[in-house]
Amino acid sequence: MPVATTGASHAALTPTRRLDPAAAAIELVDVRFAYDTREILKGITMSVPRGKIVAIMGASGSGKTTILRLIGGQLKPASGQVRVSGQSVPDLEPDALYALRRRCGMLFQFGALFTDMSVFENIAFPMREHTELPEEIIRDLVMMKLHAVGLRGAAQLMPSELSGGMGRRVALARAIALDPMLVMYDEPFAGLDPISLGVVGQLIRRLNDALGITSVVVTHDVYESLKIVDYLYFVSEGKVVASGTPEEVRASTDLYVRQFVDGAPDGPVPFHYPAPPYRETLFADVDA
Amino acid sequence: MSTPKSGEALDELSQGLRRLGGAVTGGIAWIGYAARFLTAVIWHSPAAFRRLHLTLREIYFSGVLSLVIILTSGLFVGMVLSLQGYEVLVRYGADEQLGILVALSLVKELGPVLAGLLFASRAGSAITAEIGLMKATEQLSAMEMMAVDPIARVVAPRFWAGVISMPLLAALFSALGIFGAYLIGVRVLGVDAGAFWGQMQAGVKVWPDVTNGIIKSLVFGTAVSLIAVLDGYDAKPTAEGVSSATTRTVVVSSLAILALDFVLTVFMFRGVGS
Amino acid sequence: MNRSTIDLWVGIFVAIGFGAILFLALKVGNLLTLDRTSGYHLQANFDNIGGLKLRAPVKAAGVVVGRVESIRLDPKSYEGIVIMRIDRDVLFTKDTIASINTSGLLGEVYIGLDAGGDTVMLGDGGRIGKTQSAVVIEKLIGQFLFDKASDAGAKK
Repeated sequence: MPVATTGASHAALTPTRRLDPAAAAIELVDVRFAYDTREILKGITMSVPRGKIVAIMGASGSGKTTILRLIGGQLKPASGQVRVSGQSVPDLEPDALYALRRRCGMLFQFGALFTDMSVFENIAFPMREHTELPEEIIRDLVMMKLHAVGLRGAAQLMPSELSGGMGRRVALARAIALDPMLVMYDEPFAGLDPISLGVVGQLIRRLNDALGITSVVVTHDVYESLKIVDYLYFVSEGKVVASGTPEEVRASTDLYVRQFVDGAPDGPVPFHYPAPPYRETLFADVDA
Repeated sequence: MSTPKSGEALDELSQGLRRLGGAVTGGIAWIGYAARFLTAVIWHSPAAFRRLHLTLREIYFSGVLSLVIILTSGLFVGMVLSLQGYEVLVRYGADEQLGILVALSLVKELGPVLAGLLFASRAGSAITAEIGLMKATEQLSAMEMMAVDPIARVVAPRFWAGVISMPLLAALFSALGIFGAYLIGVRVLGVDAGAFWGQMQAGVKVWPDVTNGIIKSLVFGTAVSLIAVLDGYDAKPTAEGVSSATTRTVVVSSLAILALDFVLTVFMFRGVGS
Repeated sequence: MNRSTIDLWVGIFVAIGFGAILFLALKVGNLLTLDRTSGYHLQANFDNIGGLKLRAPVKAAGVVVGRVESIRLDPKSYEGIVIMRIDRDVLFTKDTIASINTSGLLGEVYIGLDAGGDTVMLGDGGRIGKTQSAVVIEKLIGQFLFDKASDAGAKK
């Protein structure tokens, strides 16, 4: 039974879940974002219901990670709304933003474990920073999280001693250290071997259901996503081009979705990078 | 091929001037940014001291691990100073002044400056690389998303570790230098031990000589630490971004030390005699 | 690297660092070489103090027994009035000679005290009557040339 670890130490010992009765967990409405002069998001609208896993898919550079950063408040949108649990994230005061972040967990690409600390200390980090829990309880909690991801025996290893898959799982354990209400995954499947892919995918699904959290998975791994998520959004060139449940996506006739799912080299996303006509390039001196 | 016209040469010249002007305004803008960063670091410092073990850990990595290079360099500089100084002084029969020559050179100038340069290249570059690498592997972002301020937890302890370590290292450098000078001057070259220490004690005053040296090393420590953490925090999150930030730290710190040294020396210069 | 090892090394580092600072202050500088609070004052007037500076040493038989505390000009006699602070346990006779010397060619200027045979000792505020001013090189050379010139004149 997960133990709520926010708040004072005495409250931490009662096994209650602090459920937020507010509306859908995450809502983005017509969000635009530009980096310097380059417009990355040109009007994104999506919503993530509470307790579900939603995947945001798209080619590299389509703005998927930017969406995560907007949800987490690391970036502010140029226009549009970003709401988490009914609160408008860009308008939050620093204290309120930090309070919100304490209820979110994030799994970064390639883990982002703190390299100067052991596995145990990495997972204990958010507990030590945000709670006053005594060391014995923290030890038990860390072991529980490690057990959930299957790495109880790796507690004393350093991040440099972990394989890719193990590191990813430790980062997952750290993301759920404080029993968050929302977990964001930035490319959790990147660079993993097939077994680790399966493990991480299953962990995302099982933890989501067991802890009653909401999950947003940014990825371009279609195969794994279709196995575990409840809903998918496809983002291309700053807009949502398609969305649907896994069944709808598999049966979709949308050209972009088909190219993505089938892994075809050419389609709505062109094979050739924009360039002058081929003949011109080859016969440049002759024609001049 | 068309022949270059004078208009093109003028273009090149104005381009060069524009780039120079850009560099100067960029440099001044950077100083402003550095000042704001320093305020942010100081603002978040109480957290670094509440968790004293964080700062102690950084003092270990910046200060203790620099001891070997500082002590050896100090010893050698003192010995060389003694040799060179003796050679000149003995011509005027003033070899008894060797002690005070070495002591004043080290305590007021060479100790703070050389220890500062060595610290910048050893500890400063390490700090930049560490912070830059944490940024490149998204560890700083992870901390932010866990509602932990990376400036309070990562930057401030390293900054204060540098500020605290510098005066200690400079004093150790000077002390070892004087000892090395004693070894060479008295034991090898035969300068009278009494004259060596006596003239030194008569000529080196705690205020202003020793304290000036300490003030200098504190200023250098602040500058080097600030530059190191700033370059690391701002590094481009790529391998070459981190490496260029590291070299920039060493170069900028060294120039800053020498420039500040000049400014401070002018301020502290009281003219000859009293 | 566990915490207690780090604490130990940092402690050692800070300790020797402060030790170095103390070393510089005490052994290299002159924080403790002279007791500033005790001592009595003696005065001596000179025609020319030469390069004598404040806090210059006062030596007897080469041993530092005091420091120059103040130097000023007597507006009536145009003599330099030097006030010295002398160690309490060293007394000087009334016929002591105070002279301004230079230790070595580039050495510092100090006041040398030669005690005489008088039975009366100088007390606090006492004045040394016999003084010998600093040697000014120009006057020495001028004197030398003058002597040489008068010798040559006498020979003719």
